[in-house]
Amino acid sequence: MKLADYVIEMLNITKIFPGIKANDNITLQLKKGEIHALLGENGAGKSTLMSVLFGLYQPEEGCIKKNGEVVEIRNPNDANALNIGMVHQHFKLVECFSVLDNIILGVEPNKMGFLQKADARKKVLELSERYGLKVDPDAIVEDISVGMQQRTEILKMLYRENEILIFDEPTAVLTPQEIDELMQIMKNLAAEGKSILFISHKLAEIMAVADRCTVLRKGKYIGTVNTKDTTVEELSAMMVGRQVNFKVDKKPSEPGEVVLDVQHVTVPSKIHKNNAVKDVSFQVRRGEIVCLAGIEGNGQTQFVHALTGLDNLSAGTITLCGKDITKASIRNRSKAGMSHIPEDRHKHGLVLDYSLEQNMVLQRYWEPQFQRSGFIKFDAVREYSDRLIEQYDVRSGQGSVTIARSMSGGNQQKAIVAREIDKDPELLIAVQPTRGLDVGAIEYIHQQIVAVRDAGKAVLLVSLELDEVMNLSDRILVMYEGEIVGQFDPKTVTVEELGLYMAGAKRMEV
Amino acid sequence: MKKKNTSPLLERTKGGLTSVIAALICIVIGLIFGLVFLFILDAEHAWKEGFVPIIQAGFRNVGNETLKKVGMNWATVGQEIVEAAPLIMTGLSVAFAFKTGLFNIGAAGQYTVGAFGGLFCAIVLHLPWWACLLVATLFGALWGAIPGLFKAYLNINEVITSIMFNWIGLYAVNTLIYNRGNGVMYNLKQSQTYALKDVSPRSLIPSKLFGWDMYGTFKYGSISIAIFLAILVAVVILVILNKTTFGYELKACGHNASAAKYAGINEKRSIVLAMVIAGALAGFGAGLYYLAGGAQWDPQNSTALPSAGFDGISVALLASLNPVGCIFSGLFISHLSTGGAQMTQIYFPSEIADVVSGIIIYLCAFSSLFKGKILSLLSRPAKAKEKATEQTAKEKEGNEQ
Repeated sequence: MKLADYVIEMLNITKIFPGIKANDNITLQLKKGEIHALLGENGAGKSTLMSVLFGLYQPEEGCIKKNGEVVEIRNPNDANALNIGMVHQHFKLVECFSVLDNIILGVEPNKMGFLQKADARKKVLELSERYGLKVDPDAIVEDISVGMQQRTEILKMLYRENEILIFDEPTAVLTPQEIDELMQIMKNLAAEGKSILFISHKLAEIMAVADRCTVLRKGKYIGTVNTKDTTVEELSAMMVGRQVNFKVDKKPSEPGEVVLDVQHVTVPSKIHKNNAVKDVSFQVRRGEIVCLAGIEGNGQTQFVHALTGLDNLSAGTITLCGKDITKASIRNRSKAGMSHIPEDRHKHGLVLDYSLEQNMVLQRYWEPQFQRSGFIKFDAVREYSDRLIEQYDVRSGQGSVTIARSMSGGNQQKAIVAREIDKDPELLIAVQPTRGLDVGAIEYIHQQIVAVRDAGKAVLLVSLELDEVMNLSDRILVMYEGEIVGQFDPKTVTVEELGLYMAGAKRMEV
Repeated sequence: MKKKNTSPLLERTKGGLTSVIAALICIVIGLIFGLVFLFILDAEHAWKEGFVPIIQAGFRNVGNETLKKVGMNWATVGQEIVEAAPLIMTGLSVAFAFKTGLFNIGAAGQYTVGAFGGLFCAIVLHLPWWACLLVATLFGALWGAIPGLFKAYLNINEVITSIMFNWIGLYAVNTLIYNRGNGVMYNLKQSQTYALKDVSPRSLIPSKLFGWDMYGTFKYGSISIAIFLAILVAVVILVILNKTTFGYELKACGHNASAAKYAGINEKRSIVLAMVIAGALAGFGAGLYYLAGGAQWDPQNSTALPSAGFDGISVALLASLNPVGCIFSGLFISHLSTGGAQMTQIYFPSEIADVVSGIIIYLCAFSSLFKGKILSLLSRPAKAKEKATEQTAKEKEGNEQ
């Protein structure tokens, strides 16, 4: 094989951060016109490796070659000059600009300082036609769907005539239909000769779309395989280092007494005049996992905020273990036995500038166990935090004293899960508890949630992932436009059926 | 695999050490800039009449036998100490608010209102010094509470409100004291408030500490135990911030109000309390200064806010927001401004000292840059060691598998 068969080679890359070797002698070779998946757990070093390629970090060792020649990438501009483009997990778009404006931003075609948008528009329309990227160039970014925003990002790369396209966990924010579309787009791009690096930890997607797959584990290079010669099981074993059980092992549920009773809850929207949650009533019993399923933005977030006390509701009652907590403070809800794994771990779940141990007691620092007459018992906090870290396998650079901000997303999430479950709640509210996590961590968190159920507690799961919904729950409630439009038994319902309810095509009286 | 925890004490000393070194670098560079500035103004006299007095400041006269005879040897050192006490307090006020995510630019106003409270209790009510000090603190707290309430309940930026309330406070105090020349606290002959030693000696903060007569040592009129009170408060603030659940709550709100709310902390109450305490600290500082008897309030000339308020920002930043650090940076800033006054006035205006301290504070903005450099220097040998232990740990892990 000739050297030039590879458009990009990252050879023996090593990148060290204080306390951690993020990349340890990693080699990644990308062929022209292939879709190459980069697979690894959270904190395995995928993002670091891509940041090195994109010029955000300088490696301590190793070199990068393009078309067989050594290149130096000191910053993203260098990367752009080498025709490397990246769609970040969190889009880098100017929200109040139109799609077209966003695409040309930074490379605006102009004559003596005057914008020449007509040419740009023609080119963008051509590109979107050619690759099947449906966008409205004049739509304002903040008004369009996440999927369309992503297509805008892709067009941005194509407009700059990038040849190497990096997709950083592109499916994390998409609905199942949008994921299918994206897969098709990626195939089209590869067919047109673009080379794609696809970062993911979703094995099914990798199997569906990638030609080859490089696996990283704990910063080390494990291997590169052809996807057609491998299986999901083999990939996950490579990634996690052991066999992973995809099916959640759980006994049939034995619902007991009612723990959470929600009656006619209505929550006003902060954006528009309508209610975000409309007259929602349901119950959660001991020993069952009730899942609130739905497509993002159908009132789940607002409902959870009202339930947990972060926001006010305009009508209805919430009863927890027979106690009316409709107007109770957040602290009192917590005392009454409510635990909450929040949707947004950076906004609500953690004080990022606090150390891990300070975050571990975020909900409990005031308990006599951790303070005496207002003075924090540092030893007790340390001991508790060390125990949680050990028990829940939370990995970090410096253990309890690690600043939360410096931890990987998966481990931040594990820390929150540990904190909320260890509180021994009567009701566990888990919102997207495995968002952005890898199979190993997902398996683990699912086991923990089932364990909470088996201990006779009630669990309310809010999830956008259909796999999770089907696997974990004992009862499914579908939420559409702020209303509950269906109730299902996961053993008898199909994913397709659920999808119809989630999209608002069907509804039943609940 | 079990992670080893680095000793927190070691971590903290390392962090503290870096902050101190970074501050010292700022100071040195600031002084060099100041020197260059002096040279540009008047090269001939820059060193002896300009720079040396700034550096020596209050210590210039120490050891001078002639001055000793007239009892003036340590007096300027005493002056530095007297001026430092309110600076430490306003520094604490700003630092405390910063730690809780608020920018208290209103320390000057809280200081002004606190001064009024203290002086009123002294001149009109003839209360003992500690009661006057307490009232000064309460008045400052009240003035801090207002921007806090606005911020917490109406989400109005505290910077804007506290700037407004600086001026409202200043003019209200001036008006109340002057009252068209008829103010009860106003001494028409001196055109300032009555001197405490004449009208209410018991309102003066004592200068004797456990039998040590500070006046006897320093021979400076308004020397008092104020500085020790300031140091005591600095330590108390350090303890509150770092050791108590209250400090934990306040800092959590400062770092991430949403997460604090999620944790069941009443974030509105925390914001108000943080501003109340910041205001109280500034008010206490005003009490320490005006109840020491060295200065009176001149309502007609005080059309500018007291500089102690804004210098507090410098003090806090130079101290990297560390309460105990504020003690040292307060003393240092006071040292500089005393030094400014020591320069030979025919060659240089005393404001040069402000320029120097301004440069130093400006450089403090870069201190995180210095800190990063220092840390990487400090950790270089440690890293090699770490690598070695990591290696063995990995081998062990490999064996286990």
